Amino acid sequence: MDSVDNKSAFRIPHSALIRWLLKPAVFLAGLGPVAWLIWAALTNNLSANPLEDLTHETGVWTLRFLCVTLSITPLRRLTGWNALIRFRRMTGLFAFFYGSLHVLIYAIADRYAGLDLTNGYVTPSVFRELVKSVGEDIYKRPYITVGFTAFTLLVPLALTSTAGMIRRLGGKRWNQLHRLVYVSAILGVVHYWWLVKADIRRPLAYGIVVGALLIFRVWWSRLRTAVTWKKSPDPVRRSV
Amino acid sequence: MLIKQASDIRSSEITDKKVYLNRREFIRAAAITGAAAGLLGAEALAPVSAAAKGAPHGRKLATIKKGFALNAPDKVNAWEDITSYNNYYEFGSDKSDPAEMARNFKTEPWTVTIDGECNKKGVMNLEDVLKGETLEERVYRHRCVEAWSMIIPWVGFPLANFIKRCEPTSKAKYVEFYTLYDPKQMPGTRVPVLRWPYVEGLRMDEAMHPLTILVAGLYDEVLPNQDGAPLRLAVPWKYGFKHIKSIVKVRFVERQPLNTWQQQAPDEYGFYANVNPGVDHPRWSQNTERRIGEFLRRKTVMFNGYGDQVASLYTGLDLRRNY
Repeated sequence: MDSVDNKSAFRIPHSALIRWLLKPAVFLAGLGPVAWLIWAALTNNLSANPLEDLTHETGVWTLRFLCVTLSITPLRRLTGWNALIRFRRMTGLFAFFYGSLHVLIYAIADRYAGLDLTNGYVTPSVFRELVKSVGEDIYKRPYITVGFTAFTLLVPLALTSTAGMIRRLGGKRWNQLHRLVYVSAILGVVHYWWLVKADIRRPLAYGIVVGALLIFRVWWSRLRTAVTWKKSPDPVRRSV
Repeated sequence: MLIKQASDIRSSEITDKKVYLNRREFIRAAAITGAAAGLLGAEALAPVSAAAKGAPHGRKLATIKKGFALNAPDKVNAWEDITSYNNYYEFGSDKSDPAEMARNFKTEPWTVTIDGECNKKGVMNLEDVLKGETLEERVYRHRCVEAWSMIIPWVGFPLANFIKRCEPTSKAKYVEFYTLYDPKQMPGTRVPVLRWPYVEGLRMDEAMHPLTILVAGLYDEVLPNQDGAPLRLAVPWKYGFKHIKSIVKVRFVERQPLNTWQQQAPDEYGFYANVNPGVDHPRWSQNTERRIGEFLRRKTVMFNGYGDQVASLYTGLDLRRNY
């Protein structure tokens, strides 16, 4: 019997609470948007241009999950609730999930639907044409170039998100690699910004959030350097 | 494939509306439930709530001339498509905003100011603008610069008739149009998203072209607010943003007007804005378009398919430069 159980018979260990309650709850919440989009699409509940809605919504949700992921470290620092770190992989993978849906829907609704399909819908040549069409679009249109780069940067991060990969890479290298998420988030905002015609208020809002979350990191690391430097002559105090 | 004329299709569309209305009630209830669940952002819900409210409708227009020779032969888009998916920034920059925000927009009384290089300057009541004009149904292809399109059964009359009544002088080379600018009624204009009021313009020969119409109705009914009531323009071979809405002023000018979107982003939107698959918008291809209601994209046609009627207006003009 450990000490936790001695204090109160009803007390659930913190770790178990996260694992069996909070994490599943966050997971379900993360599936909420896609569940809603599927339901809305099937029940004719989107706008007159549902494919555009699906493209936009999945894109916006990618940005939202990136913002949530980027806010975990600052929240941890500010609140001292270190257990938050246990949600970061999940929210990051949700960003990747919505980003993948976004790219997939774009490829189908924007590129595939624009191909000449008179000789069949699924043929090797249609596939080649699709790849070519996506490639051309990435090359031709800056906002697609930037958006696709933002997504591509998330791929290695998703692939190295497992515990095994963290071990294999080593904490320091893994951390360095995963700083790519900063670039991805910035490019994501630029992609959104370049896409809107005139009303930049929403991309601006995401820009402010991402900017603040990145500035926090700079500020925090400077603060820490300053504190360490100040206290370094006296190692006893530092441990206080 | 059986190609239906618009007049054949309309009655069935009208029957559909009741079905749609019921569906809307269902959607609204569902939307409220969804909101209560608290899973969704307000943004995600916006298209639903707008569609749920719909437009007040049922005000039939009397005596409409039918059977225009150049009516688009394709399936006409439903009333719901045309009235729930609008670019009308004065009422918000989301497509679903105008249906919601323009519901209480006052279009009566309405006046149109006539100004500039003409003999009949002054202020006209809307009734006088419409007086003596035969309203005619024109089923036009409508192509937005954002690469979507609809088939719309406008009701209107040639702009040329109106212009003749204004007696423009020889100095009048262009016509400039202004949308109402009323921050009290138009929440979108409280933010400097675009330069207000919205301005558009046509060259005199474009304005006098028989395909160019002043629109006062849709589907035999009074034009809904979100579609630019009470008076808007339709120039079917040009991108949608040339079709200025809720016109309060018409001015005859000697110099080419600076239209709002050109002023906003001159490298993206020009004065002419003719539908042209050969000239891409820098951010999206104009090669294909999504017809609202279809999955596969259609090839965009030069001048939106009205080349036989309007190409001659542009002989000698470099359309690549004058986009």
